[in-house]
Amino acid sequence: MARKSQKSANYLSARTIRRTAKENRRITRQFEQKLNRKHVAPSEYATTMKDPANVLEVEDLKTYFFTDAGTVKAVDGVSFTVPRGKTIGLVGESGCGKSVTSLSIMQLLQRPQGQIVSGAIRLTQDQGQAVDITQMPISAMEKIRGKDISMIFQEPMTSLNPVFKIGSQLDEVIGLHNPDMSREAVKERTIEMLELVSIANSRAVYDMYPHQLSGGMRQRVMIAIALACSPKVIIADEPTTALDVTIQAQILDILRRLKDQINSSIVLITHDLGVIAEMADEVVVMYAGRIVEKGTVEEIFKHPSHPYTLGLMASKPVVSRHVERLYSIPGNVPNPIEMPDYCYFRDRCDRAFAPCFGEYPPMISLSPTHKVACYCYQQSADTKE
Amino acid sequence: MANHKTSNASQTTREAQELLSVRHLKTYFPIKSGVLQRVTGYVKAVDDISFKLYPGQTMSLVGESGCGKTTAGRTILRLTPKSAGDVLFEGKDIYQLDAQELRALRPQMQLIFQDPYSSLSPRMPVGEIIAEAPRQHHIVPKAQFDAYIDKIMKDCGLQPYHRDRYPHEFSGGQRQRICIARALALNPKFIVCDEPVSALDVSIQAQIINLLMDLQAQYNLTYLFISHDLSVVEHISDLIGVMYLGDLVERGTKKEVFARPLHPYTQALFSAIPVPDPDYKMNRIILEGSIPSPANPPAGCKFHTRCRYCMAICKQQVPPSYEVEPGHVVNCHLYAGSPVVDDLVGSDDMEQQLTREKLAASGDIAAGAATARGQLSAEEIVSETLKEEARADSQGAVLDRGRKWMQEREQQLERMQADRRQVETAAAALQDEAAPAVRPDDSSKTEESLK
Ligand SMILES: Nc1ncnc2c1ncn2[C@@H]1O[C@H](COP(=O)(O)OP(=O)(O)OP(=O)(O)O)[C@@H](O)[C@H]1O
Ligand code: SF4
Ligand code: SF4
Ligand SMILES: [Mg+2]
Repeated sequence: MARKSQKSANYLSARTIRRTAKENRRITRQFEQKLNRKHVAPSEYATTMKDPANVLEVEDLKTYFFTDAGTVKAVDGVSFTVPRGKTIGLVGESGCGKSVTSLSIMQLLQRPQGQIVSGAIRLTQDQGQAVDITQMPISAMEKIRGKDISMIFQEPMTSLNPVFKIGSQLDEVIGLHNPDMSREAVKERTIEMLELVSIANSRAVYDMYPHQLSGGMRQRVMIAIALACSPKVIIADEPTTALDVTIQAQILDILRRLKDQINSSIVLITHDLGVIAEMADEVVVMYAGRIVEKGTVEEIFKHPSHPYTLGLMASKPVVSRHVERLYSIPGNVPNPIEMPDYCYFRDRCDRAFAPCFGEYPPMISLSPTHKVACYCYQQSADTKE
Repeated sequence: MANHKTSNASQTTREAQELLSVRHLKTYFPIKSGVLQRVTGYVKAVDDISFKLYPGQTMSLVGESGCGKTTAGRTILRLTPKSAGDVLFEGKDIYQLDAQELRALRPQMQLIFQDPYSSLSPRMPVGEIIAEAPRQHHIVPKAQFDAYIDKIMKDCGLQPYHRDRYPHEFSGGQRQRICIARALALNPKFIVCDEPVSALDVSIQAQIINLLMDLQAQYNLTYLFISHDLSVVEHISDLIGVMYLGDLVERGTKKEVFARPLHPYTQALFSAIPVPDPDYKMNRIILEGSIPSPANPPAGCKFHTRCRYCMAICKQQVPPSYEVEPGHVVNCHLYAGSPVVDDLVGSDDMEQQLTREKLAASGDIAAGAATARGQLSAEEIVSETLKEEARADSQGAVLDRGRKWMQEREQQLERMQADRRQVETAAAALQDEAAPAVRPDDSSKTEESLK
């Protein structure tokens, strides 16, 4: 962020910055107090799912960063649902808020400046119960993280501890959430997990350190850790971006297979449309902190509707689809500190017309599952109703 | 080929102008160990690659990370010392040049890196970053210097007022433009692009790829393009070389290699490309295990530890280069029976095949056919060799695979084109429907009317 806001920060006087910093401290203190509470009755964050078929429901999530240069609305009113057993793909350009969305769900935001300011994140529990993650204090969140919901990161090296052996890192996760398992049982489970992710000599790998493994092996260990407690939701943030295509194919294969084995759902974050087409059942396209289009994978790839989605698809070269010139979306993403009050995509949009000069477009339904935030489709929706 | 006038002429002139010729190039890094730092082995980063490049062409090197792509690029530029082989740039062996001759040649061979940030000095304004080297090398007379730098910046999509800004004030895509401008300002003939777009967003990637292709057309640049993104490679290249553990295991024109990947590794690599089409059911070859260490590569064919067609001979003998189709060369025992080529002969044919493809594409079918006269067509050669093999032993699988590939690719292409047409008509219809009564130019009016 530091780099992005540099330009505007250059023009802020020291006094404004001091004032903003003070104001930010006041706001974040309130959020922090709520998060740090101890002994909160579970009833306080208990809730029910809107639709019992879903395992995760994100509703109007707003996550802001209170920086000295101003408030970054990294995620600004994002809603989507994750049905049981399905894979949801989250796509968009760098900085559009994909990672912040997933970190909000995990309550792993960089605090104190990063805070969920409103919205709900409902995660299903046993016996028709559910919890609202936005209302949970840190202590309660720690109990479900890794057990009911877990995350796989882009760079496995940063999330594996370099000074501990692979085996003991996996043992720890399994032991933590299964306190009544014996040490031997935990170790057996660890080896079983390593075998599940196709690590051939799992007993040898058990005693290795992360740096002794290749990137693909490390990512497999990360998957083993994430899946060790059969979570209901797995969030995979660019799980294969740092890997070669052949290794990527292995990893995606493992993810797909294991997801079905333990019957969980995946939120898959990536900028690679090919990976999305292959893995996802439903797709959410984000632009500048908001969802601009969502639908089933067929709807998004067969009938991409938002001008941004269309641009994104046209700018990616595809093997055996020959074009003379790649399309490139003109212009830049708006400054995250001073978002405009009209369609965020208008200044880059080749379809902009009169209504676009009004306020931010509403979500328009093209089908029960296909939604798009663009005035181009207002008429077709109106006539349908 | 000889019986067509224009192609003949272009052929001879091109041969004379051959820009780069790499022959049996090897780069080994010594592994030292012990107190005495004795050399106990070598990492064979580049282990015998050969190819030729003509002006205006783009050759891509593809392969998994660690297979030696970057080292190959750097050795060709003499930025990393070679262990064996030759690199000829415009007929001159660059490893025979003395320091002064090399310095004079440097501007003509440039390198663009993956990470545009770390390769730019943070304390220098952009104008100076671009102008520094051309000033030292006296690329243009002093009087025209400023105008020259302005033009280069403009060609690279930078504005003249960017001259006084510092690199940190630019976005990733703009920084890559600065790097390209810096290389271009030296008026190079040959640029090694090492993963130039891998660190960029898809939409920015498209801008940079377009820029590289525009500049190539404008300045007749020759690129050695290194990338692991096969869809980008397919878009930008004329020729493809596939590397595995330091070896160039397959090379040919882009069309040939993508339409008929011959080497089992290439087939696996290409089958792993994710396709943005949910209906496309991939017939994926998952490679087991990981890439062996280049310090201790497997004997015989280096790929035999992961190859699904591995035969007894593969574990003992290094496969020679077989030319399966004109200009399409592969190092694999499956194609025994095809003519064995010295690497350079193969490269020349690769060039001719490209000329044929270009002629055919430009509608000059007659010329294309004429150049091909006297030789078996590509398909004939493939089917001949493959048939023979299928008879010889149980390698019928290869034949099937080849056919399946061709079919799958064609179907996929058709489907995508159909979808594209559909989307376009839908979009066009929508635009007609939503045709605005007031154009955005009248924004003031509109805003009022909206209120
Ligand atoms: N710790 C932080 N402090 C301030 N701003 C932040 C912080 N982390 C993220 N942001 C801002 O939030 C916005 C969304 O960032 P996010 O990391 O979610 O993007 P992303 O979609 O995951 O991008 P990428 O594809 O590059 O991973 C960006 O404008 C970013 O600069
Ligand atoms: S609402 Fe208007 S400006 Fe925004 S994406 Fe749609 S057409 Fe473009
Ligand atoms: S030579 Fe043998 S092991 Fe090597 S790629 Fe060919 S078939 Fe496979
Ligand atoms: Mg991210």
